[in-house]
Amino acid sequence: MARTKIYVPRETSAISVGADDVAIAIARHSKKSGTDVQLIRNGSWGASWLEPLIEVEVDQQRIAYGNVEPGDVDGLFQNGFLDGGEHARRLGPIQDIEYLITQDRWTFFRVGLIDPLSVESYAEHQGFSGLQQAIEIGSEAVLDAVTESGLRGRGGAGFPTGIKWRTVANAEADQKYITCNADEGDSGTFSDRMLMEGDPMCLLEGMAIAGYAVGANKGYIYLRSEYPLTYKILTRAISAAEHAGWLGKNIQGSEFDFDIEIHVGAGSYVCGEETAMLESLEGKRGIVRYRPPLPALEGLFGKPTVVNNVITLASVPNIIRLGGERYAGFGVNRSKGTLAFQLAGNIKRGGLVEKAFGITLRELIDGYGGGTASGRPLKAVQVGGPLGAYIPESQLDTPLDYEAFAEIGALIGHGGIVVFDDLVNMAQQARFAMEFCAIESCGKCTPCRIGSVRGVEVIDRIIAGTDREENYDLLVELCDTMEDASLCAMGGMTPYPVRSVLKYFAEDFAL
Amino acid sequence: MSVTNGYDAEVASKIVARFDAKPELLIQILRGVVERFGYVPEAAVRQLADELNLSRADVHGVVSYYHDFRTEPPGKHIVKICQAEACQAMGSRELTAHAEDALGIRMHGSNDDITLEPVYCLGNCACSPAIMIDERTHGRVNSQRFDELIGGLEADD
Repeated sequence: MARTKIYVPRETSAISVGADDVAIAIARHSKKSGTDVQLIRNGSWGASWLEPLIEVEVDQQRIAYGNVEPGDVDGLFQNGFLDGGEHARRLGPIQDIEYLITQDRWTFFRVGLIDPLSVESYAEHQGFSGLQQAIEIGSEAVLDAVTESGLRGRGGAGFPTGIKWRTVANAEADQKYITCNADEGDSGTFSDRMLMEGDPMCLLEGMAIAGYAVGANKGYIYLRSEYPLTYKILTRAISAAEHAGWLGKNIQGSEFDFDIEIHVGAGSYVCGEETAMLESLEGKRGIVRYRPPLPALEGLFGKPTVVNNVITLASVPNIIRLGGERYAGFGVNRSKGTLAFQLAGNIKRGGLVEKAFGITLRELIDGYGGGTASGRPLKAVQVGGPLGAYIPESQLDTPLDYEAFAEIGALIGHGGIVVFDDLVNMAQQARFAMEFCAIESCGKCTPCRIGSVRGVEVIDRIIAGTDREENYDLLVELCDTMEDASLCAMGGMTPYPVRSVLKYFAEDFAL
Repeated sequence: MSVTNGYDAEVASKIVARFDAKPELLIQILRGVVERFGYVPEAAVRQLADELNLSRADVHGVVSYYHDFRTEPPGKHIVKICQAEACQAMGSRELTAHAEDALGIRMHGSNDDITLEPVYCLGNCACSPAIMIDERTHGRVNSQRFDELIGGLEADD
């Protein structure tokens, strides 16, 4: 009889709440009782509030158990865990969990499902068929498919990927690079990490397709240092893919060579800005560059370079496999396809929800998220990281669409949604926006470097009630200066959260 | 992770060699130095500048830019508490105040055993508040859980 398969995620969030200890308890129990089980360390399905979420495969169906603690393991086995037995922790078949089945899983369709480090498991679920097809149809057809898909950069800026790739493809150079921005620094975001931990080869495949399309043979992943487990998983995935002939020289017998190297950052939010990331990849201080020249023409070491976020690149294999038109069929207006939204902060059912653009914040927060974790009324939602506006309850019906969000002075960014209940003091949040900018500014331009420090001081004076009206006017003027005159989004968008607090939550400033 | 504070130039040379003495890999080399010694001493700045054919200003500039490159030896364990918005929404400010009281040190401070540092997002935002002890992330950390985790460190030492 085949060994029973048990799945326990090896994923940062699941481990942060005890998944490793559960895996150890299962291994111990099966050794002690002489039960022959196969323990598979999968990625997380993204239902983070249920972690550690473990599964047992019974009759080709995976039965899930949620919020499992190491102390539950003996009891689970006594209740016939290996046959999917009843238990207070039992959730039922994984494919019946509503949170998961109602999603539009395009980029994340393998995450949770497969063994992330097994090329066989990856290939069983269409892995590498996008790259295979890309090599068959040629680089022109790949560029056409990506353009047709309407895919836009998922790091936050939303620039059309097809245009970026074509610019690099058309550039004449002896060397070109693909760089993957995995410096996921926005608070409330973790989709890059979940993808890299749960389906790392999908990113590698996406990078290789990009390399093939633009004529680059070298790729770099710039990974933030706060993700040590991700580094281990990616490193092993790269060597497994090399071993199987999907990276390296003459990929699958073709003329195409492609290598990937990981560079780990050293703690700097600005290095998520593409030109600062390139500086950092060159071993320098992560100082933002002037543009032009565009990185697509003069990027890493002065060569034409694709800079894309993890999710952008990981969306590509399926676009090649299923066609650009199919991807463009998801979404609304100019926001085509899907986004992996991340529900975070004070929310009952936090986790990752990949949905087509057009869903409203309310549907995500109430429908998927189940409201606040504290059960108290929701007061504000910050979308798009520390540079994103705080959105009041009255605007929760705004559809998630890049342009619709721009219209209300907000941004979608990398899709992080951070919920706050009514105990939050929004003046403190506005102050934090300036403080964070002061801590993380690269220092190149004055509005950002000095403006953020002055911003904290002015807000402190308003909070203390010192010349309130004058300081309010000064703060608005400072926001104008930072927005108009900063070199990059760090200084240029720090005013977004500040202004949103002044506009919607002025009572917290006692204004 | 247990860190050794005694700097060893030979070991540092080996780290440089592991990265083929390429100046563009300075950040990776400095990461190696911090991993081995816990911090970047002044001696390392001089040595790396020599071995990578960079100016001391170049190396110092990079060291001073990145949060990970501390220039003082840390305590035996490094405890980082996330200070970013998703964790704030779940009480990280209160958790930080508790940690400072419980450990008797302020943010950026050290006692013999522990260095306390802020971090801005550990990517564990659906299980906030999050902290990282040495290289391991912990989620849903309230004051009680914090005390248990710190107690566990002391028991291991």
